[in-house]
Amino acid sequence: MTTQIASTDEGRPSASAPEAPTSTGSRTTRVLGLATLVGFALLVLFSFVLSPADDNQGDAVRIMYIHVPSATLAYTGCFLTTLGSILYLWKRSQWWELVAYASAEIAALFTAVTLATGMLWGRPTWGVYWVWDARLTTTAMLELLLLGYLAVRRLPAEYSVRAKRAAVIGLLLVPNVIIVRQSVQWWRTLHQKPTLFSDGLDSNIEGLMLFSLFLGFVVLGLFFVWLLIHRFRVAWLEEQIADTGLDAAIAERRAEAGGVDAAGRATGPSAPGAPTLATGEAQP
Amino acid sequence: MTGTWPYVIAAWLIVLGAFLGYAVVTILRGRSLSRQVPPERRRWS
Repeated sequence: MTTQIASTDEGRPSASAPEAPTSTGSRTTRVLGLATLVGFALLVLFSFVLSPADDNQGDAVRIMYIHVPSATLAYTGCFLTTLGSILYLWKRSQWWELVAYASAEIAALFTAVTLATGMLWGRPTWGVYWVWDARLTTTAMLELLLLGYLAVRRLPAEYSVRAKRAAVIGLLLVPNVIIVRQSVQWWRTLHQKPTLFSDGLDSNIEGLMLFSLFLGFVVLGLFFVWLLIHRFRVAWLEEQIADTGLDAAIAERRAEAGGVDAAGRATGPSAPGAPTLATGEAQP
Repeated sequence: MTGTWPYVIAAWLIVLGAFLGYAVVTILRGRSLSRQVPPERRRWS
């Protein structure tokens, strides 16, 4: 997932540069998207047709094939957000800040899906949609933290200010994930122990049920990567537009103040060949 | 255990609907923003 600007001659696309895409898609995302679609079809087939009902939970176990991978990928998104936040605060890397932002939004989606599927799994197995159980409560807190991160990141302020404030919140995500993950071990809860690796490397399921669960991890993992690439590029475009708007506003203010140099040429970021504020790259 | 099927179907529909909805919104927003950004600033590799 890279975002690069093709080599230019004083900011203009070179003759050999490929045509700029009109969307956030690329060959990589198209291959990933196709693999994800095929994977979802296979996952539905295995989850509903080929895998058997559970001896204890019956058909309700079919929710597990999306619930558990969703939760794991939500944790992955939180990890990426914390990593990106650390690297932004340390190196002031905009690339990593945008990775953190994109990951946080996707993690919020996966956490919401985890909560929804968990409630629908809880009703037939526990008899209630929701209890203030340690796992459920800490997961709800994780969702609130992610929403808080996104809200702070979108506050109207200069990029560096909102990125820094959001990054500080992003640091709290991984510690929160550890609490969520360990909550079923640290406290007595209604929620079951982890399906996989709760007792060393042994799992509590086997055969087609185990395969279907791993297929769920693979398919949702592919979808996560596909989403992350697209969302990163959307965030990149948003920042480019914000930069352009800032450049235009400054140029307008300078023009109002009579912003011409001694030679009578226009000055300011909108002048031909002048660097932009954000990137320092020459403009066409 | 036929009583569990409505919950199973609802869970899957919520997941697939949420994923599809978010993917479509993201793609459409990307297309809309791409039109507003100069070509040299949106070259993916």
